Amino acid sequence: MATVTEAEAPPLAPRPAPKPPKKRGRLVPYWLLLPGLLWLVVFFALPMIYQASTSVQTGSLEEGYKVTWHFATYWDSLAEYWPQFLRSVSYAAAATVLCLLLGYPLAYLIAFRAGRWRNLIMILVIAPFFTSFLIRTLAWKTILADSGPVVHTLNTLGVLDVTDWLGWTAGDRVLATPLAVVCGLTYNFLPFMILPLYTSLERIDGRLHEAAGDLYARPWTTFRKVTFPLSMPGVVSGTLLTFIPAAGDYVNAELLGSTDTRMIGNVIQTQFLRILDYPTAAALSFILMAAILLMVTVYIRRSGTEDLV
Amino acid sequence: MTTENSGDVRLSGISKTYDNGFTAVQPLDLTVPHGSFFALLGASGCGKTTTLRMIAGLEEPSSGTVHLGDQEVTNLPPYKRPVNTVFQSYALFPHLDIFENVAFGLRRRGIKSVKKQVEEMLDLVQLGEQARKKPHQLSGGQQQRVAVARALINHPKVLLLDEPLGALDLKLRRQMQLELKRIQTEVGITFVHVTHDQEEAMTMADTVAVMNAGRVEQLGSPADLYENPQTTFVANFLGTSNLIEAEVDTRSGEDIVLKAGGGKLVLPRARCSAPAQTGGKVLVGIRPEKISLTHADDAGEIPAGRNRITGRIADSSFIGVSTQYVIDSAVCPEFEVYAQNIERDSRLVPGAEVVLHWSPAHTFGLDAAQDIDAGVDTAEEEAA
Repeated sequence: MATVTEAEAPPLAPRPAPKPPKKRGRLVPYWLLLPGLLWLVVFFALPMIYQASTSVQTGSLEEGYKVTWHFATYWDSLAEYWPQFLRSVSYAAAATVLCLLLGYPLAYLIAFRAGRWRNLIMILVIAPFFTSFLIRTLAWKTILADSGPVVHTLNTLGVLDVTDWLGWTAGDRVLATPLAVVCGLTYNFLPFMILPLYTSLERIDGRLHEAAGDLYARPWTTFRKVTFPLSMPGVVSGTLLTFIPAAGDYVNAELLGSTDTRMIGNVIQTQFLRILDYPTAAALSFILMAAILLMVTVYIRRSGTEDLV
Repeated sequence: MTTENSGDVRLSGISKTYDNGFTAVQPLDLTVPHGSFFALLGASGCGKTTTLRMIAGLEEPSSGTVHLGDQEVTNLPPYKRPVNTVFQSYALFPHLDIFENVAFGLRRRGIKSVKKQVEEMLDLVQLGEQARKKPHQLSGGQQQRVAVARALINHPKVLLLDEPLGALDLKLRRQMQLELKRIQTEVGITFVHVTHDQEEAMTMADTVAVMNAGRVEQLGSPADLYENPQTTFVANFLGTSNLIEAEVDTRSGEDIVLKAGGGKLVLPRARCSAPAQTGGKVLVGIRPEKISLTHADDAGEIPAGRNRITGRIADSSFIGVSTQYVIDSAVCPEFEVYAQNIERDSRLVPGAEVVLHWSPAHTFGLDAAQDIDAGVDTAEEEAA
């Protein structure tokens, strides 16, 4: 019908072009993105570019620094500070493993067994955040004090002899040893392990435990074959949230350690703020970032969590 | 290998009272014979699932014992009991594929070569193609079949099914009912099936136990329960019953004659579960499809010896195979009658005066001390 009428009508006025669809609605997502994007550009992208350029500059404080594409800074700083890198990774790894060993049972308890105590325990887990990171770490100085009850007990029990032999402590002291630094790291990052673990454990349907038991799995087998695999997303995010900040941390090593326990964070801090060797500090930062990215990528690939629901 | 009664489930005086004082199951004696398809039927909260969980070992009984065949399992943990459960909403392991879900029980018992068995079992439930998929990639009906396969592969002495079809839509549920019945006949294992759907229980089970408020109201074959309900709950919960309060007039030989609203009704003594003393009250029951409807003008044509009640059609609804009438009568304000649509009398419209009549053999008698409406609301709620 429509075509017939059109053919009969004389082709006088050209038909009005179809109106373009309103654009306002389609732009809304971008407007919503804008504040966050702006924040990222100003406080993340720009400083990153600035640091990247700093890392390839040469010069001195008096003469000023110039970009000379001096990549040798990277090799030189790596050659000089690789022990601190290694130490950072091993301290962070030790703290992460300790956090997992301490945090998993607690998260499991909160998720499955706590009943009406659940909220109280959760508050206790988060409570340390109400005080400053520095204060909390300083408190450990008191806890691990040479004449304090903790060290005294460990000494009496002969634990310190073992840790001495392992090289974790020195003499009758805990303070200013690797053990103290790892303890501090573990303590400070424990909530970051517990919370994601709890979240993923809590999501597990209790009937799966019953089903496993019904299918001849003993409680421990049920844990190994059902609970733990299903909590892997929590294990992965917990270990990442612990390991990454712990590897870059310098407060614990600064307050609880000694010159022998300097981590890469301490080196970077000193380079930036005391020695004022900006290129080396920037290069170290980038190396740390690259190393963590690499390790995290390998870790996520191998844990196969992208497969989990 | 298996003796005649090794698949028996015997519950003796078993009960469950929770810490908060709520008694889910009153002391209960129940024997499920080997190889039978047994249904526990009741509304939600009647204790049927708790009973099932006590057989599975997932719930500890407050008293009593559970026997499987000759073995007492009351204190055995679930993983040591030769029973398997098909859970409500299936509880498939989301991180394992279908093959591994089905193989789970075999692997836990240390069986190494599971491939052949798992494949056979997946074929039995027609899921051979889906072996490497994850549970969430399957439809509800397929997940249900995986749950059945995962339990059956272990050749349990008893298979427990906890509302296994509750999450499926009506059509699929009908299909799975037949499927489960076929599998049960094929493998010959004792099935204990918990459901709130009376039609499901009647279609599938050999024996149905109707539960109410933690007690078994009545136990029997579906036809027996339907034709000879012993309590008002069973009469109302299983299908629909018209219950009339009547007074015992005389007892003559095999029959009891009752007075109701001026008329007389005859009830075979064998079908009366109440102690009908002369002068005492009895609830007379009749199923809606057993009643014939005749227009009052033709009342003379009704054969002698049938129970009769007069009334007026209050409402009628045509539903294809039958027409459902609601009759307003002196003895019962809402008498339900289902008439097959064979020869439809055009005079039977709302407002018409009618005579309801039925054979005394279809009448049943119940104790009048009970709540006449017990089970009515529950049946309606569950159907909704």
